[in-house]
Amino acid sequence: MIDIFDILGPVMVGPSSSHTAGAVRIGAMGRTLLGGTPVKARLHLHGSFADTGVGHGTDKALIAGLLGMKPDDLEIPNSFAHAEQQGLEFTFDEVDLKNAHPNTVAMELTASDGHTLSLQACSIGGGRIRVTMLDGVAVSFTGAYNTLIIHNKDDRGSIADVTTTLSRARVNIAYMSLSRSARGGNAIMIIETDEKIPPVVLQFLKEFAGIIHLTYYEKEDE
Amino acid sequence: MDLDSMQRILEQSLADNKPIWQIALEEDMANRMVTREASMEKMRRTWRAMVDSADSYSGERRSLSGLVGGDGERMRLYYANHESIGGSFTAEVMASALAMGENNACMKRIVAAPTAGSCGVMPAVLIPLWRKEGIPEEMMLQALYVTCAIGSVIATRASISGAAGGCQAEVGAASAMAAGALTYLHGGTGEQICHAVAISLKNLLGLVCDPVAGLVEVPCVKRNVIGAMNAIAAADMALAGVESRIPVDEVIDAMGDVGRRLPVEFRETALGGLAATPTGKAVKERMQKNRKRRRTLTIKDMRWKLTTAPARETKE
Ligand code: SF4
Repeated sequence: MIDIFDILGPVMVGPSSSHTAGAVRIGAMGRTLLGGTPVKARLHLHGSFADTGVGHGTDKALIAGLLGMKPDDLEIPNSFAHAEQQGLEFTFDEVDLKNAHPNTVAMELTASDGHTLSLQACSIGGGRIRVTMLDGVAVSFTGAYNTLIIHNKDDRGSIADVTTTLSRARVNIAYMSLSRSARGGNAIMIIETDEKIPPVVLQFLKEFAGIIHLTYYEKEDE
Repeated sequence: MDLDSMQRILEQSLADNKPIWQIALEEDMANRMVTREASMEKMRRTWRAMVDSADSYSGERRSLSGLVGGDGERMRLYYANHESIGGSFTAEVMASALAMGENNACMKRIVAAPTAGSCGVMPAVLIPLWRKEGIPEEMMLQALYVTCAIGSVIATRASISGAAGGCQAEVGAASAMAAGALTYLHGGTGEQICHAVAISLKNLLGLVCDPVAGLVEVPCVKRNVIGAMNAIAAADMALAGVESRIPVDEVIDAMGDVGRRLPVEFRETALGGLAATPTGKAVKERMQKNRKRRRTLTIKDMRWKLTTAPARETKE
C-alpha cells in the first residue's frame, strides 16, 4: 500500500531523493547500527553513486547522515566542515561491486571505542533505502519499520526466545529474516516490527544465552 | 479502498457523497493507522514546508555544477518591468517553478512532489493562486489530498520515477496532480478533476528523462515550468467542460506502457536526448575531471566474508 506522504514528500534537501535524501538515510542507518558517530569512515561508492555522486551531493549527504542529520537538514551541504569539528575522519573512493544496485555504497565504520561495522546499502528510489550486507552477511531490510538486528549463535531456541519475548511485550512482528554465514556458526536475525520496542524488552533480550550482540533501529519519527 | 483507479475513486465519491480529498484522507488514516487530526497535521506541515521553501528562494545561489541558478529571479524582474506575454499571474507561476527547481538543485529544502526533480510544478501553481485569491489554508490541504489520490493512482498503475518511466512519470505526474488540485480549488466536479488529470498527462506523454551529466538540473528546472503551465491549461479546459476522449485510467495505463517501452537511454541514465548532445557531453566531462580512478573492490579489501546462505524472508 502506498503511503500518500511518499507521493507528496519527503520534505528533503535537494537535489535528488535517491542520491541525496536516500544517502542521508543510509548514513544515519550506519550511525545507528554502529551506536554513535564514527571516528573513522571509509566509504566506497558504486554505480550511479560514483558517477553522479558529487553533482548530487551524495558524498555530503552520506557524511551528514553519519553525523545524525535528517534528510531535511539545511546543514547537509556543510557536512564536511561539521565532520571536522566532530572528529570524524573519512575517505571516499569508487568501486565496482558485482551485481549491486546502481545506487549503492559500502561503508566501513569505526566507533570511538574501536569497534567496527561494515555495511552495504542501496538507495531504491523516493528516498527509501535497503541494507543489503551487514558485517559480511547478506541481509535485507529498509528502516521503514522499527528494526531489531540480532547477531546470535545459530542454535536451536534463539529464534523462539526472541519471538516469544516480543509477543509477550505486545510487539507485532511485520517481517522477519534470518541469514547465517555457515551452519552452526553465527547468524543474523532481522526483525521488523510495527510497534516501538521498549528499552526494558531490549535489555531482557540481551540476556539470552544465544545472543551475541543486539542493535535496534527505531524508525524515523514523523 | 486502494487508490489504484481514478474511475473507482470517482464512483466511490459519488456513491458515498464524499469528496475525493476525503477518500484520500481516510485512506491515509487507515494505512498509517493515524487519526484524522494527525493526518491533517502532517499535510499542514507539508504545505507549510512548500511555502517556506518558495519564500526562501534566493537568485544568488548556484548548483554544485554551476549550471543552474538565478532564473527565477530573472523571470520576476522581467515581469515586474515589462508587460509579459501571458500576463503577470502566469509569469509568477513560471518564476515560481524555476525558483523551486533551483532551490532543489542548490541543495535547499523542498517537498518532493512527487519527486525532487519535479518539485516545482505543484507549488508553482498552488502558491500564487492561494495568495492571489486568498484561499483558506484548509482548502489548500484538501487540494493536496486530491493530488495524493491522483499521484497514488499514477504510481500504482504506471510510475512516478524517471528511471522507470521517463520524465512523463515525473513532470507529467506532477502536472496531472497540479491540474487536479487547480480544478478542485476552482469548484470543479470529480469528473472534471478526472478530465484535467487525463488531459494534462496526455499532453506530456512520451516526455523522456535525459538529465545532463545525470544531474537534476538541465532540463529539469525548466521542465517544471511546462508542467505548471500545462496544469493550468488542463484545469481551465476541464472547468470549461472540455472532456478527455480517452478515459483517465486508460491514459495513465498508456503512460505506464510508453514508460516501460522507452529505451533505457531515455530513463535517467543520461545516455540520450539532451544529455547526449555535444554540449551535454562536455558538461559531463567537466564534472568527471576531479574523479579518482575507480577500482574493483575485493573481499579482502573490505574485510568481509562471503555468505553461503542468501537471506530468506518470512512473513509472520
Ligand atoms: S528529466 Fe529526468 S531527472 Fe529531470 S525532472 Fe525529468 S524525470 Fe526528473
